Amino acid sequence: MAEPLLRVEKLVRRFGGIVATDNVSLDVAAGELHAIIGPNGAGKTTLISQLTGHLEPHSGSVSLAGRDITYLPAYRRCALGLARSFQITSLLLDFTAADNVALAAQAHAGTSFRFFANARKERSLRDAAHAALDRVGLLHRADVVVNRLSHGERRELELAVALASKPKLLLLDEPMAGLGVTESQRMVKLLQELRKEVSIVLVEHDMPAVFALADRITVLVYGRVIASGDPAAIRANEDVKRAYLGDQHVVTHHG
Amino acid sequence: MKSFTVSKAVTALMLAGLVLLPLYSQLSGNIFILTLFTRIIILALAAASLNLIMGFGGMMSFGHAAYLGIGGYAVGMLAQEGVGSGFIQFPVALAASALYALVIGALSLRTRGVYFIMITLAFAQMAYYVASGLARYGGDDGLTVYKRSDFSGLINLSNRTQFYYLCLACLLGVIFLIWRIVNSRFGLVVQGLRSNEQRMQAIGFPAKRYKLVCFVISGTMCGLAGALLANNTDFVSPAVMYWTRSGDLMVMVILGGMGTLFGPIMGAVVFLLLEEFLSQITEYWALIMGPLLLLIVLFGRGGIMGLLGRAGRG
Repeated sequence: MAEPLLRVEKLVRRFGGIVATDNVSLDVAAGELHAIIGPNGAGKTTLISQLTGHLEPHSGSVSLAGRDITYLPAYRRCALGLARSFQITSLLLDFTAADNVALAAQAHAGTSFRFFANARKERSLRDAAHAALDRVGLLHRADVVVNRLSHGERRELELAVALASKPKLLLLDEPMAGLGVTESQRMVKLLQELRKEVSIVLVEHDMPAVFALADRITVLVYGRVIASGDPAAIRANEDVKRAYLGDQHVVTHHG
Repeated sequence: MKSFTVSKAVTALMLAGLVLLPLYSQLSGNIFILTLFTRIIILALAAASLNLIMGFGGMMSFGHAAYLGIGGYAVGMLAQEGVGSGFIQFPVALAASALYALVIGALSLRTRGVYFIMITLAFAQMAYYVASGLARYGGDDGLTVYKRSDFSGLINLSNRTQFYYLCLACLLGVIFLIWRIVNSRFGLVVQGLRSNEQRMQAIGFPAKRYKLVCFVISGTMCGLAGALLANNTDFVSPAVMYWTRSGDLMVMVILGGMGTLFGPIMGAVVFLLLEEFLSQITEYWALIMGPLLLLIVLFGRGGIMGLLGRAGRG
C-alpha cells in the first residue's frame, strides 16, 4: 500500500493521571471511510482534537500525506486539506448559511487581507458556496441566517462548510448527533455520496450508520485501540463484543 | 432591500443637519453651536473608529482615548518644535497611533474578555502618566498649540467653517472606509471571528493576525481624531487620555448602536448634546444622564439605531 493519507503513530495524551489517548496508532488510506467507535469516555473526541490541532499530544505523531502535522495550529492543517465538523454544532450564528460556506471557500482562495472590494459580490466565492450548499441539499436555505435553521439543517451546513474548503480528508465528529430518524437517514445517504469524493474519518455513536458506511473501523476503549479492521472482522471480534455488551445486538445484526 | 426605513430617514436628516449647520450658524450668528458641533464631529470620528473593533470585531477596548492623546501630542509637540506643517503633523500623528496600536494590540490580543478590557485600560493609563511626565511639553498642565496645523493655503484651520468642514469630511471619509472594510473579505473575517473564533480557526483563518490589523486600523483612525481635536481646542493635555474619556467613547458607541455604520455618530451627537444641555441646567447633570443612559441600554437593545429599526417595523 502506498503512503497513507493520514498516519497516527503512538499518540499519547494524558489529563492528570488519566491516559485519554494511550499509544494510539492508525492509518487512513486515501479514498477510505474510516470509522472510530467506542463507548462513552473512550477518548474519541480527545483523539479527534489532536488530529485537528485543538489539543497537543504528549508524544507520538500525526502526519497528513507524509507531512508531519503533529504540532501545527488548526488553521495550518486546514490549509493542508484537513477539514472538520464539530460534535456540537459550531457555526457563525449571525451569518447566513451562504456566508458561512463562502468564508470557508474564501480561506482557501487567495489572501483575505483585501479591504475594499465587496466580498459578497465575488462570484467565485458565492458560486463555491452555492455548490457546497447544493451538495448537502441546503441551497434553498442559502440566504437564511443560521439562527433560524433547524438542528438538522445546521448539521448539514457543518458539512457544507467543511466541503467548501475542498479538503483531502474530512474529520466528522458525530455528524448524526441529535438527529431524528429521517434526518439520520438523509445524513447517511449524503455521506455515502461524499465518500466517493473525499476520504473521511467518522466518529459516530450510531452503530447502524457506522456499519453501513465504513470501509474500516477502529475501536477505542479507555483510550486504547482494541481492534481495527473491516466491519465483518469487527462484528466478529470478541473483545469488541465485550466492550459493547449493551449494544451487542446492534453490532451483530445490522449492516 | 433598499426600502425606506425610519433609521435611514433619521440618519439622512442628521447628516443633512450636519452639512447645513455652518449655514445656520452664519445666519443666526450663533458661533457657539459651530464650535460645539466641531467637537461632536471629532468625537464621533473617535467613536466610529472604536466601533470598528468593538462593534464589528468584538474587541472591547477600554483604552481608546489614548489615541486621541497620541494624535494630539503629535501635533502639539511638533508645533512646539517649530514644525507647523499639517502635511508633516498629520502623517506623524497617524503613524504614531498606528505604531502604538501595533504594540498594544500585539500584547493585548493574547487575552480576551475582561482581561482584554483591563489590559487596554492599563496601557491607556500608562500613556496618560507618560504624558503627565513630559515636563518639556507641559506635563500635567498640558500643552498649548499656538498655531494650528498649516496646510499651506490649501485649507485654513483657523477659519471656523473651513475647519468644521474638514472635520466633517474626515468623519464621512472614515465612515466610508469602514463601510468598505466591513463588507470586504477582511471585514467578513473579522466579523466571523467576533461570532465564533473556534470555527474561523477550523476553516483556516489565523485569528490573531486579522484582529491585530483591525486594531491598528481602528487606532490610526482615532489618531486622526486626536490630531483634529488638538487643533480644535488649541491645546492638548493628558486629560484627553484619561480612562473616563475612553468610557465616554464606549458609551457613545453603545448608545448609538454597536456594529452599525452611523450609530456612533448618532451616539456622539446625543451624548454630547445631553451633556452640554444638562450641565447648563444643573451641576449634578450626571445624576440625570446616568439613568437616561441606563434606560436606553436596558430597553433599547442595539442602541438608538436598534430603537429606530424597531420603530420602523411598527
